[in-house]
Formats: sequence, structure tokens, C-alpha cells
Amino acid sequence: MPLPHSAPPPYLAAMNLPAPLKDWIAAQGWGLHPHQKEMLARADAPATLLIAPTGGGKTMAGFLPSLCELAHGYDGLHTLYISPLKALSADIARNLRAPVAGAGLPITIEDRTGDTPSHIRARQRVRPPHILLTTPESLALMLSYPDAGRIFGSLRRVVLDELHALAENKRGDQVMLLLARLQSLAPQMRRVGLSATTHDPAALARYLHPEAGLIIAPAGPAPDIALLATRAPPPWAGGGGHYAIPDILAEVARHQTTLIFHNTRAQAEIFFHKLWLANADNLPIGIHHGSLALDARKRVESAMAEGSLRAVVCTASLDLGLDWGAVDLVIQVGAPRSVGRLVQRIGRANHRYNAPSKARLVPANRFEIIECVAALQAAAAGDLDGAAQPEGGLDVLCQHILICACAAPFAADTLYDEVRSAGPYATLTRAGFEQALDFVATGGYALRAYDQWQRLMLRQGLWGLRDPRSAALIRQNLGTITDTPRIPVRLKGGAGLGEVEESFAASLRAGDTFLIGGQIVRFQSLDERAVTVARSAAQTPRVPVYSGGKFSSSLQLARRIANLIAAPAPLPPDARDWVLQQSDISRLPNMQRLLIECFPHEGQIFHAIYGFAGQNAQATLGLLLSKVMEEEGLAPLGYLAADHATLIWGLRAMTDPAPLLDSARLHAGLEDWLAGTAVMKRAFRGVATITGLTPRNIQGLRKSGRAVTFSTDILYDTLRKYDAGHLLLAITRAEAERGLVDFSRIAELLARVEGRFDLLHLDRPSPFAAPLLLERGRVPIMGQGRDELAEAEARALMRAAGLD
Amino acid sequence: MMDFSLNGARLTALPSGALWWGEMRLLCVSDLHLGKSERMARRAGTLLPPYEVAETLTRLESDIAAHNPAKVVCLGDSFDDLMAGQGLDQGARMRLTVLQAGREWVWIEGNHDAGPLDLGGVHLAELALGGLVFRHIAAPNLAASGGEISGHYHPKVRLAGQGLPAFLLGQARLILPAYGAYTGGMLADRAPLQGLMGPRARALALRGGKILQVPLP
Repeated sequence: MPLPHSAPPPYLAAMNLPAPLKDWIAAQGWGLHPHQKEMLARADAPATLLIAPTGGGKTMAGFLPSLCELAHGYDGLHTLYISPLKALSADIARNLRAPVAGAGLPITIEDRTGDTPSHIRARQRVRPPHILLTTPESLALMLSYPDAGRIFGSLRRVVLDELHALAENKRGDQVMLLLARLQSLAPQMRRVGLSATTHDPAALARYLHPEAGLIIAPAGPAPDIALLATRAPPPWAGGGGHYAIPDILAEVARHQTTLIFHNTRAQAEIFFHKLWLANADNLPIGIHHGSLALDARKRVESAMAEGSLRAVVCTASLDLGLDWGAVDLVIQVGAPRSVGRLVQRIGRANHRYNAPSKARLVPANRFEIIECVAALQAAAAGDLDGAAQPEGGLDVLCQHILICACAAPFAADTLYDEVRSAGPYATLTRAGFEQALDFVATGGYALRAYDQWQRLMLRQGLWGLRDPRSAALIRQNLGTITDTPRIPVRLKGGAGLGEVEESFAASLRAGDTFLIGGQIVRFQSLDERAVTVARSAAQTPRVPVYSGGKFSSSLQLARRIANLIAAPAPLPPDARDWVLQQSDISRLPNMQRLLIECFPHEGQIFHAIYGFAGQNAQATLGLLLSKVMEEEGLAPLGYLAADHATLIWGLRAMTDPAPLLDSARLHAGLEDWLAGTAVMKRAFRGVATITGLTPRNIQGLRKSGRAVTFSTDILYDTLRKYDAGHLLLAITRAEAERGLVDFSRIAELLARVEGRFDLLHLDRPSPFAAPLLLERGRVPIMGQGRDELAEAEARALMRAAGLD
Repeated sequence: MMDFSLNGARLTALPSGALWWGEMRLLCVSDLHLGKSERMARRAGTLLPPYEVAETLTRLESDIAAHNPAKVVCLGDSFDDLMAGQGLDQGARMRLTVLQAGREWVWIEGNHDAGPLDLGGVHLAELALGGLVFRHIAAPNLAASGGEISGHYHPKVRLAGQGLPAFLLGQARLILPAYGAYTGGMLADRAPLQGLMGPRARALALRGGKILQVPLP
């Protein structure tokens, strides 16, 4: 947006800005930023990527060319705006209407998301607005109708907001395929991408379009970021940052509006609960995360917009989007893990272009002090992390083929060419495309069983739905977000409060209490549609499990952590003392040797392996080493990976690491082992959903009744046994490997330490190991260890029931 | 394998989910749901891997080869629906014919497959034998003298964090786990199952070729 607070020199060179709009902007006392003018100058380029920091008027820059073109009237849909956040569409629509109404321009603006009432959606298809704001999923749905050509034929511009966030995942793949579709329907369409600061702007521009131009707005002033000074030091281990609550409340009182970010929803819930217990001054503080009911989130958002809240405890749900000029402090609780994410969150404070943002980090434990200092160093150095954009997923392509078939029969040649015009699919081979098409049409099985029931049929050279009625099922299951299944939570006879995971819901027993949206509720009943609860005054509620993405981060953060441990001078005194404790109790890990700590904890044996190889490599190490440990009869039960270390637990301890950490041995049988792991089964679940193999919704029935569901693990095992070459297995492998690294990185690590393994047997977790015990992202291993545990548990239960 | 008695009959639970009655040389399996993938393709338009008939028949062949039963009782929902039964391919029909050769074969009717099919064997609503009655869905009130074997619910129990298919064994009744490859399950502590099984009921859970015995909550 133009600048409401600062008073820049009025640029306002003529450009093509229509006179009424120019006058209106001038009347507000605003001016255009150079990058906004640049966007106007390049209005005719086929594609432009604008990278600007938060608050830099990006969105307005994206729309200015549209407003100019529309100022003299237009017939039909002109500009499509796509954002990953539903909430953003409504907000942007409001912000755009102000200048349009103020300048009296003849432009209609509407949003369309999953929350838009059906009569409005129907009307929009008959008479679309000039500017339509939507999400990837709603666009996919619109493009699946036969009238897509009529609606989108007039399209001139498309604006993709938060492109850096879209490009990280499969929603980006889908959006780029949908853009290719739109480009065919409207060859004159020009693309604008908007992105926050990112590690590789040129790659992101190519992702948008092979010939996209790039505009990079200057970064604002350096942010004011530091560790939050606290009265008590962080605990040795532990999560959540509760020790800092008095200091955080003091900061909230001192600032106008504070965002308090947490890395997980569960942590946000507990923190919010404890914060309220300590909030003696009754400061108005809200909570916002992705599992709260839409109404609850909207209430918090509008209270924020009105400035009636002093703080919001939140998660990634507030990473993107909404313009809240009043936020003047961001507090990040827990190590930020990703420097890019940290920079973006910091940008939420002071949503004004030329004011420095202010942020404070609150490490949850002593190890996180080291991680926070490493992240601060990286942010100061402008060292953003980020993964290379992977090639487009074939699972998303399968869904796209279904979308196209719903709209109209298509020729394979034409669709193949169109698909390859999408950045992530530029290198797709014809064979790969044919495999995806065959899967969609026939199931793609070695056993051709479905001649009679094929999904697509080839008629007169065009592929179309065999049964047009199947379009309804396909439309119900569009989208590439494959969260763990959730179920709504409602107050008895009252409002929805939010959602919990189905597995958590299934574990609830009468009388259990849990936290949701900062309220304590008592479980009453569970049916296929909802968990019913009543308010409760209990003091020790459970906290729902929310799986959801663990942030992966980079090798370079791991290196910075290693350097800080080796030379702890930049750390605060508490953390330095703690590093000394580690060296007294155990040993300081470094990059030249491989430290392995082995200790008992809660009846199992844990191994902490400090490789400093980055999270993906540490995960690969966990996968490989657990294989060898299973072979050795050590009965591993699971592993997890952090940036600097892997934790593996099981029933028995290692005695000599050298024969286990042998490169050839780790590599042998790797394929088979990986194929049987939870990593693959989890990936398959997502792939099966996206490709439509296991629809989430079947004819309006929620997919949780006994009759329709059985685990996708069964399908996975069946495919492995009967059809090992099947496309979905290949996609699953590629998917699982995204979170792992090449074996060569592990071989490198082993070569680096050259057999210098230090195996230490300790009687309890070392200072460095204790925080690892709380890390998320545990991967279970289904082997001998689980067999022994299950047998022991069965015996214990029978004894307790007096039945043995 | 695990032996137990029900109403005086000595029975054996097999790790495959089948029931063996040695004295009668009777093998009982429930809820095969043959043709499930075909029915899904026909009705919902989703094309599941078409291998569940082969997989389920392979299990059945292996149990029959190991025990050589004189009588096989399929306890209902043997087919995902009647059309799925009619739609079985020649190969599957041949395998069934070979399995039926030289032994009695009883199809008990289920809610998915309520009518007879041209697949050999006898089609019955219930079968009473040696103090036990075999039916698809457990009767809410059992006659005082009876022992009952049923299926239908696809029971499961949770053990060490995993959901496992299980036999549920009460004073007078036994509920079999689903034998078919593509079958889900219902946890034993859910309402309809909890109501059916009385006090001191046990679950015999199937896990990796073993049977683990646990009390029902």
C-alpha cells in the first residue's frame, strides 16, 4: 500500500496513472515507491517478479497496472489475484476498494474462496467481477467447470502473492499448472509475482515464467533484533519459554501491539493458557492458529485490525499476509530454525516501509540460545536459507489431468505441451506424462483390471471422463494440502471451537479435559462429524497433538552452531556456563570427530549422534543407522533429527560404533529398508490423496466411517507386493527423498571424521542431549523392538486385569 | 496360534485371522470382501490396486493347505456386493473351485452379500453345529445355552500404539476379525462392540504372525 505514515518525496510522475486515481493518491498525501513506478513501466511485459520487504507496498504495486487498464471500463474478468491464504483475499479486497471507490473508478472487486456462499459463487460464474481474488484450490475448482473458457477468456493479468511461500510446496506446482491452463484460455494474460525477500530471486523468477523480469525493491532499514533479556535464565531443557512470561508481559505492556510467535500450535496453546494465569493487569491478549474455528480466527483478526488487542499468541498462521500497521514488536518463542522464516516474522513488526522492525527472540532452553545466536548471526549477514525448487510432482500432475478432464475432453499432445510450459514441469518427459495419464485413466496397474470402469476414455482422439457423474467426486477432492485428518470440536449445542487431529480425538475418554483456543474443555462424545465438549474448570488439561510441518533448516545453520560451541564467546554467560557443563559431564562435540552419547531414559536406551550435517542429512543418518542397529539386534524403536544431531532410541545400547558406521554396510540393503519405513508410508498417504487414489470425501460422506476406510498402508504394501513398478511408488520414493539427502552426504560425513568415533556411556542425558528429547518429528521403526514392547504390554495388561 | 474353549468347543485362533475347530476339522473366515476394488471402481470412480482378491485367496489357500479342513465356513460379507461376486474373473473363480474340491463349503449371508452366487458351496443364513451357531452379525441377546461365532464388525484393539485386528472372546460369543485384504476396522471399545462383549472379555490381537492376548476395557 502507499505510505500512510511517512512523508516521502511525491514521485507521482505521470506514468499511465489515470487522473482520478492520481488525484486520490495525492489527496491522501501519499507517493509511489520507485518499484511501484517500475511495475507500471513494465505493465506490458509477459511476466515480472517483484521482491520487496514486508510493508513495501508490494500488493498495490501488483495491482496498479490493472487499475490503470481498468480505469476506462472493461467487459469481463480482467485480473485474477491468487494468494495462499484465504484471509488475505478478503483483506486485499477491502484495501483495493478504498482507492477504487475514492477515485470513482468503474471497477468491480470480489473475492472467492471456500468460505464464499454458493449463491455468490454461482453468480460470479455468470457475471465475473473485473478483479477476482482467490486461492489455488478455488481456482482449481473454477477451472474444472466446462465454462472456464468463457469466464477466463477475457483475462489480462494475474497477480500471484507470496510466491516464495507457494514455490516451497506442491500448491506451487498446482498453481503453475493452473497458470499454464489460463495462458491457453487467455493467451494475452501477463503474470506478476510478488515475493518477500528470498535466497534465490532469479530461480523464483524462472519459476514464474522462463522470461520473467525481476524488480528488487531495496531492503528497509536493518531490523532491531536481539535475544530478550529475561530475569530468569532459560532452563537446561524444556520447551515453550514459560520462564520468560513475566518479561514478555512487561514487553507487551510497553508496546502498542505485540505478535508472540510459537513454532507449534500445541506450544501456542499451553503458552497462552499460562500467559493468562500470569496476566495480572488483564491486558487484552488473543490466540490465533490454523486449527481454531474460522469465527474465532476472524474475531482475533478484526480485533487486531481495530487495535483492541495488545498481543496475539500465534503460529505460522500469521506468517503471511494481513497488514497490521500497529504491530511494533515481534517476539519469537523457541529457536526460529529457518532464517528466512525469522526474517519474515520480524517483518511483521512495523508494517511500514522505512521504519526498522523490532523483534526479540526467546530461546526455550539453553541449547536454543546457541541456535538463536546462530540465527541472529545469519540474519545479520543476510544469509537466507532455502531449498532449490524441486521438479514438479507427478502426483499434482495426475490431479491436474483430472481437473482438465472435468472441464472438457482434451488431446494428449496439446495437454502435454501446455503442462511443459509450467516452470516446474519444463523438463517433464513424454513418458512421464503418459504414465500419469495412464494412471488417471486406467489406474496404471500391471494387471489391467478396469477396462470396464476406466476413469477416462479415449473417444475420437480426445480423453474425457467415462462417467460425467464422477466429476462431482473429483471436484470434492481438489487441492494439494494433505494435513493429517482433523475433526471439528464443538461446544454442546453451541459454537465450533476449532479442530483436533482424529487420532487425538480417538484417544479421548469420558471426563478427559484438553485445551483449545485457550479454553479448557471436557470431552463428552465423539461421532463421525465432531467432538462434543463442555466448558471445564479443570487445572491440568491435556494438549491436543497437532502434527504439521516441522521446519527444516540448513546445513549452514548447523555449521554456525558447531562454531559457537567451539568458540562460545558470542553467547550470553548462562549459555557459556552451560557449554562448560557439557564438556564436564560429557564432551564437546565438534566437526572433526563424531560424538555419540548413549544414555538410559524412561526405560529405553537413547543414542545422540552429533554430526552437524543439517537436518536432512541427520535424518538420513537416523534411517541408515537404525537399519544397521536392527540387524545387530539392538531393537531400535525410532529416531528424530535436528540440525546438529540425530537421536535414536531403542531397547539395547551400542558397544562399538565403528562396525555400525561403516559406509558400505550402511548403504547395503538401503532400498529395501527405506521401502518398509514409516517415512515411505507417510509419503504414500499424501500421494494417494493428491492423485485421487483415496479420496478424502466420498459423495459427501466424511471418510471416517468403518465401511469406507482402511489404512493406505495396506494399499502401499499391496502395491509393493504385486506391482512394484507402479507410478505411485515411484512418486512416493521421490517424495520421501525430498526430506532426506543423498547417501553421498553421509559418506562425506564419515570420511570427514575418519573413524574418530567417541562413544560415551552416560547415566543420564547430557546437557546437549536433554533438549533433543523434546524435538518433534519422531519417526517410528517397526522392527524387533516394537514386537518386544507389544508382547510386554500385552502381558502387563493381562496381569493387571487378573486374566493371566 | 491360540487355543480356547467356547461353550465346550475347543477352538484355535490362527494368526491369519481364521478360526480352526480341530474336532470338526472346520475352518472359519469372516468378511473376505472379495471384489472391493471392483466395487469402488464401479461406484466411486476410484481405481484401487486390483490385487485384493489375489491377496485374500492366497491367504485362504495357505490356511487350507496347512489344515486341510473338511468344512469351510465363510461368515458373511464374503463379497463386497453381489455384483462384485459375479464380477470375479476366471482366475479367481478357478482358485475358489480348487479350494472347494473335496470339502464342504458354506457361504453364510452377510449384509453386503445377501443372496446366493453361482460359485459352488451352500448358501445359508446361519449354521448351527455342535453347540455353536455361526452367523454374520452377533445377536444382541443370546440364548442361555448358546455359543455364537460372528463377524461383521472388523474388530481391532490398540496395543503399543498400533491398531491391530483381533478376535473378541466373551463368555458365550466370539467375533472374528476381517480376513479380507482391503478391510479397515472398528476399535473394540466403541459402543456397539463394547455392548456386545460382557465382562472379562478378551481380545486375541494379530500382530506379525503372532497372537497377543489382552483384556477388553
